[in-house]
Parts: sequence; structure tokens; C-alpha cells
Amino acid sequence: MLLDDITLIVEISLSALIYRILLMRLLELIPPSADQSRGQAFSLISYDLITSVPSKQPTIQIMDSYTAPESTPRQSASSRVKDYFIGATPLQKRLESARKLTSFVPTPSRRKIPQCSQLQEDAELQKVAFLLHKQWSLYSLTPLYKFSYTNLKEYSKLLSAFIAAEKQKGLAVEVGEDFNIKVIFSALLGMKGTQRDPEAFLVQILSKSQLPSENGEGKVLWTGWFCCIFGDSLLETVSEDFTCLPLFLANGAETNTAIIGTWFQKTFDCYFSPLAISAFNLSWMAAMWTACKMDRYMATTEFLWSVPCSPQSLDISYAIHPEDAKALWDSVHKTPGEVTQEEVDLFMDCLYSHFYRHFKIHLSATRLVRVSTSVASAHTDGKIKILCHKYLVGVLAYLTELAIFQIE
Amino acid sequence: MSVLRPQDQLPGLNAATILLVGTDDALLQQLADAMLKEDCASTLKVHLAQSLPLPSNVNRPRIDLIVFVVNLHSKYSLQNVEESLHHVDATFFLGKVGFLATGAGQDNHCSIHRNTVLRLAHTYRSPLFFCDLEVEGFRATMAQRLVRMLQICAGHVPGVSALNLLSLMRSSENPFLEDV
Repeated sequence: MLLDDITLIVEISLSALIYRILLMRLLELIPPSADQSRGQAFSLISYDLITSVPSKQPTIQIMDSYTAPESTPRQSASSRVKDYFIGATPLQKRLESARKLTSFVPTPSRRKIPQCSQLQEDAELQKVAFLLHKQWSLYSLTPLYKFSYTNLKEYSKLLSAFIAAEKQKGLAVEVGEDFNIKVIFSALLGMKGTQRDPEAFLVQILSKSQLPSENGEGKVLWTGWFCCIFGDSLLETVSEDFTCLPLFLANGAETNTAIIGTWFQKTFDCYFSPLAISAFNLSWMAAMWTACKMDRYMATTEFLWSVPCSPQSLDISYAIHPEDAKALWDSVHKTPGEVTQEEVDLFMDCLYSHFYRHFKIHLSATRLVRVSTSVASAHTDGKIKILCHKYLVGVLAYLTELAIFQIE
Repeated sequence: MSVLRPQDQLPGLNAATILLVGTDDALLQQLADAMLKEDCASTLKVHLAQSLPLPSNVNRPRIDLIVFVVNLHSKYSLQNVEESLHHVDATFFLGKVGFLATGAGQDNHCSIHRNTVLRLAHTYRSPLFFCDLEVEGFRATMAQRLVRMLQICAGHVPGVSALNLLSLMRSSENPFLEDV
């Protein structure tokens, strides 16, 4: 049977009656003995979500914010060390975390549902708005050596020169400074989970306008930003010279990403690697984002599966009305405020069995490739688009966890 | 009888039979071919099945070793194995059952976490092998291991029994697993 890229699009609205039927059938299928053994094995790793924003009003300045707050990284480092057992060097802490990883349960079986963050002011919303509705490519980044937030201006100059040199490689040398691009480093205040997280910062490549009469900075060609949200497990094990910003998001041409990556790797002795999201993590994301309470749903909840078959793969796209998905989640969800592995599995199993009843296709034998909800949308190649500003921090927290897991 | 029992039938002369249970037919076929290529003193027979229970109208020799193959890319294969496990008698789990998890090499394609399979193998007190059956070299090595295990389970190796082998293999496992 030859299939040339057939996309099977299904729009199903689930009614309450079907949920009950599905749940009853599923509960019959799960053998009780397996449940108990799973129940015993769980170890709780819970995150403390601090829902209140730090008391100083964070202002996010996109252009030329070289008066970066001097308080954060250096002073907090010394207080951090006091919190732990006295005399532990970073190497010992690193060994401890490596030992923890080889033990039985490295991934948490429960996670907190992302809380609605309190960025209420309109000014802040506008400044964060440029992060939304853009497709970001994800990379994980090892800690940066001797990075200082006070030298952002210098870094801008060095990076501009580097980019210009790279672009002119192989071309005839032009007379005079004709760099028509400009690089700006700026700190993104407020993008952190706890007080200990290092400040996020943003790098933008702008094209300088050729005409001196034109106002403004020109078009943004490439944006990239580094952040760390709830990166406690990594922050503990790293010494003071390092700045931990494990998550890197880039939007723009791939060549620019490569050039900037090379510069960072040379200057700060770090390493970028693309962050791919496995099907397992995508199903967690689907459950967590469906669990978020939203006033208004902007997009339908959509899943995309890729069926491995020869000669060409078949894509199955399954779209659900977001309120139905939320209602299904509510019927599955038991513990308030937390998502457990069983709830995620049950949620996905409901969708699979519903699809099987209609189409006799086992979706569980296929690979989940893309999840798209009103909160955010993620693709397995490591691409993410965040649609809702309220849960921005929550989404980034999970991505930071994945990035840290990849680094370690 | 729909339940498989280890001592249902008399053993064949110098014969050892392995049953591979899994949803990926192509992978199972390739593994079976690799096993049959191994040279071995006893006559090897490899049976493949999508799921248990096996049809009862077929005349088949006594099964010495069952290997359940779980593909980490597909939850369906895990569900299938879990359902098939109900049709195996408890005495089989004294060294004559093994689990094989394939597909761990490509992490982005995995929909099942490794720990799920680890927990499954631990619940049934059986050894778990991780092997990427799509890679030729790994498949050949795995086939060798399975042939050796099969010979022991069929009783063709003097001095070692299936239960001995099971306790030997378990002692090298992670000690944290014992607490769970």
C-alpha cells in the first residue's frame, strides 16, 4: 500500500459520557498488582514554586541596559555555600549528584502544575511579549566560566567584531568600518524561578540602518537568550567562577546561531548541544499544559504522531477542543496542584483508546512528535513556541529541567 | 491449557526451544535468524509470537526460555507484554523468563521511560537486557547471550541450572533495586 505523505486529520469533540466509558474501560485494563509495585517505587522530588515575584520591581530593558543590577551573582554565591554542609567543595557536591543519578529513580514521578505567574503590569507584559509567539530552537548549555554581568558592553563589541570577521572570511577585505550589524547584550530581569537563579540575558543582532536620517535601531535579525529557572540541582554542584544558564533559546538564521555558539564556546569554555524532546517528555508537557487553568483558549489542543512505516511515514494529527481536553484532564486528575506519572499515562491512554475505537489504529505504537496547546507548543526536534505569558516561567522551568538532565 | 507451564511436556532429545514474544515482527525475525546462525551443540528451535496465549491446537515442543521483547519507542508493545505475562505460569519465572528492551539508543523516540521496564523486570524477578536490535553487531552479541542462556535453561550445560543462573545474574544488579 503506497502512502504519499497522507496526513490524517481528526477533529473529535469528546463528550462527558465518552470520558466515563473510557475511564471505566481503562481502569479494568490496569492490573492492580502493577499499581502497587509502582506505588512503592516512587520517591518524591518536589519543587518549591515560589509564586510571588521578588519585591523589587523588575524592569526589563531591552536596549542598552548596562546599569545591570550589581547585587545578584557575586554576593549570593557566598551565602549559597553556607546553606550546605560546611567544607564541601564543588567537586564533592558534583560527585554526590552523580551518585544520586545512578540510583534507581532519577526522574520525578510528580511535578507541580505551573502556577500562574504574577506579571500583572502592562509594561512588563509588553517587554516579555517579544518572547511569545516566536518559534525558539532549544539548546542546552554547560556553565559559563568567568562570565560577568557588568561586562555586557564589552561582550557586545567583541561579538560584533567576531561576527563581522566571520562574515568577511573569504570575501575581499572592505576598506573602512562597514559593519552593518550591531550586537546588543542585555539582561532580562524577572526571568528566574528562585532568587538563586542567575539572571537571564538576551543577545540580539540588529541590522544597522544605512541612512543616518532613519531613526531607530533597525530590524532584529537574530535573537537568543539564556536563562535558568529553578536550576537548583545544577547550581549546587558548580563553583563560584561559573554562571549556570543551562537553557538557550534561539530564533533566527541557523548560521548566526552557529557563529554565536562558536564565540561563546571560545570565550567562556562552555558547550552547546541541541536539546531534543523525547516522546515521553512531550506527553508530560501535554498533561501539564492541559492542566493549566486558562480564561480563554486561543488555540485547539493538537497532537501529531508519526507512524513508522515504509516507504514513507504517515502523520496522524489529532485535534481536540481545548475545553474538552481540560474536562478530560479534570476527570483524570486527583491530587491538587501536582501531576503524577499515572495521571499522565491515563490521560494519554484515554486519547489513544478513543482513537482506537473510531479508527482501529493503535496510537500507542506510534511516536508522538508534536504537542500544541493554548499554553505552548513543542516539537520533538527541540522547537518551542510559547503562547501564554502567564505560564511562561512554568514552561521554562520544565525545559530547564530537561536541559540540566541533558548536561549531567 | 492457555497458561504456559515449564514442565508440561517431556523434553525433546538434545533440543532447546526459545519463545520470543513481541509486537515488532521484523525485529523478532532478525533476532531469530541471528540466533540460528550461532553454532551450538543442541538443536535450536525459535518460536515467535505476537502475544500470549498461544493457540492450543498446534503441536509444539516444550518451551525452555521465554523472552519478552519491549520496544521503548512504543507503549503498545509494553501493554502487549504486560497482558501476555498473565498467561505464563509462576514457575516459569524461576530463571526461564527474560525481558529484552530495544530502542534505548535513540532517546528522542522513546515514549517509555527506562525505569518502567526496570520496574517490570524487578516485579517479575527476571533479568532485563538492553539491546538495540536494529544494529547488526548488538543483535549478534545478544543472540549469542540468548543461545547460552537457552542452553542452560534447557539443562544442556552440566552443573548450572536456570535458577543458579538467575541468582548469579541478580547479584550484579544495582543494590538500590532491592529496596523497592
